Amino acid sequence: MLEIKCPYCGKRSQNEFSYGGDGNIKRPPLGEEINTKDWDDFVYFRDNPRGKHTELWHHASGCRQWFKASRDTATHEIFATCKMNEDFNV
Amino acid sequence: MQKYSIFSLVKNALTNHQDWEVAWKDPEPKKEYDVVIVGGGGHGLATAYYLAKEHGITNVAILEKGWIGGGNVGRNTTILRSNYMFDANSHFYEYGMKLWETLSQELNYNVMYSPRGIINLAHSDAQMNAYARRGNSMRLNGIDAVLLGRDELKKMIPFADFSDTCRFPIHGGLMQPRGGTARHDAVAWGYARQADSMGVDIIQNCEVTGFDVVDGKVSGVQTSRGNIKTKKVGLCVAGSTTLLADMLNMRLPIEAHVLQACVSEPVKPLLDQVVTFGAGHFYCSQSDKGEMVMGGDLDGYNSYAQRGNMPMIQHVLTGGLAVFPNFSRLKMLRTWGGIMDMSMDGSPIIDKTHVDGVYLNCGWCYGGFKAIPCSGWVFAHTIAKNEVHELNADFNLERFHTGRIIDEKGVGPKPWIG
Repeated sequence: MLEIKCPYCGKRSQNEFSYGGDGNIKRPPLGEEINTKDWDDFVYFRDNPRGKHTELWHHASGCRQWFKASRDTATHEIFATCKMNEDFNV
Repeated sequence: MQKYSIFSLVKNALTNHQDWEVAWKDPEPKKEYDVVIVGGGGHGLATAYYLAKEHGITNVAILEKGWIGGGNVGRNTTILRSNYMFDANSHFYEYGMKLWETLSQELNYNVMYSPRGIINLAHSDAQMNAYARRGNSMRLNGIDAVLLGRDELKKMIPFADFSDTCRFPIHGGLMQPRGGTARHDAVAWGYARQADSMGVDIIQNCEVTGFDVVDGKVSGVQTSRGNIKTKKVGLCVAGSTTLLADMLNMRLPIEAHVLQACVSEPVKPLLDQVVTFGAGHFYCSQSDKGEMVMGGDLDGYNSYAQRGNMPMIQHVLTGGLAVFPNFSRLKMLRTWGGIMDMSMDGSPIIDKTHVDGVYLNCGWCYGGFKAIPCSGWVFAHTIAKNEVHELNADFNLERFHTGRIIDEKGVGPKPWIG
């Protein structure tokens, strides 16, 4: 069982959260001509490191806020979590 | 190579089983090979076997960082099927089913192929219509499919919950009678033994740490047991594909996720088929030893750990008990996890790469085990001829840029359920 610290509610069990994937994907900017390769990269290509991974989580059965987490994909250790408009303090 | 038969068994019984030949050797790596296969799992071993048998290329090394068969070929739930709707998948997996049917004879190794039938349960009229459509598509491609009504199913799995008041009442199901199971370890060992006998070097405890690429062509691999020269490298490392692709500056549409499975204590024969209860994220078959072999969904977050977490086991078994209430007093024997290459459309990638001489076999999602013979067969063709076969032409890497994705489930580019 993972214990995840929601930046709004504090530590809660994994059961309350759902996962949002790679937290480094940037949607191509609105209102500009985007080439198809950039769209493809946005839709299909992800960071997939073995080790530290920046990812999104959703406190779905809690405060319903999205937030960022820095987690190790091999040990499952969570180094830090922060609000979407913040950066990790690590 | 010693042939396995009733006579060799009797002969060796007389000498107290002390004189059996080793099934495969433990060679030191040579300086150079015609082809190096990275990954000694089912796909890598099968590829080496078909390279030797179909294409006469025997100067081949399989490099395995652990021991052969220690990855996903030893961590799956052993299910074989070709019940797909899209042509690319149907043709590929059905060719594979035909290879499974004669695999024990071909390898002189009992892979315990058991065509016991696989049943997908349906819980609404709409789902029955969807299954009728899929079954018809399968039959148009020459694959066996039978649409089962509620009463027929009651005779096959009478202990399932057929009440009208349950959350997902059973309306019927789609069955592929030739689907079934095989013994996973025997598949790895059977391919290993035959590949070894034809001259393939199976090198275990040998981790690939880098590639030598000159002018866009591969010239060798760096390993924990020294450098090896080669002009062709095949990657069969599902679960670790991204780690090797990173060494080649290749970004792939893949995420690594952990998928768990579990078995119960052995009980007397109860469940004759493989039954999937998709609505409850659960499927089950009974092994020859009597254990209930059960599985379900991904844990749901990126993971390279070959172990999972209790919430998903609980979720899967909760679904299991909804359909098979009589499993409630079964004791759990063990659980385990394996790392899946989750591709962004749910289909595999078997293709050439931007580096001359490097070939890619990855993205098997939940279904790598059943694909072993066919994947090895087409990957050997792709490596030997330096061109894709008709059967894997659609499983190319380009499809994520051309739009020709093969999204059988229609779930879009998100590999987990969350």
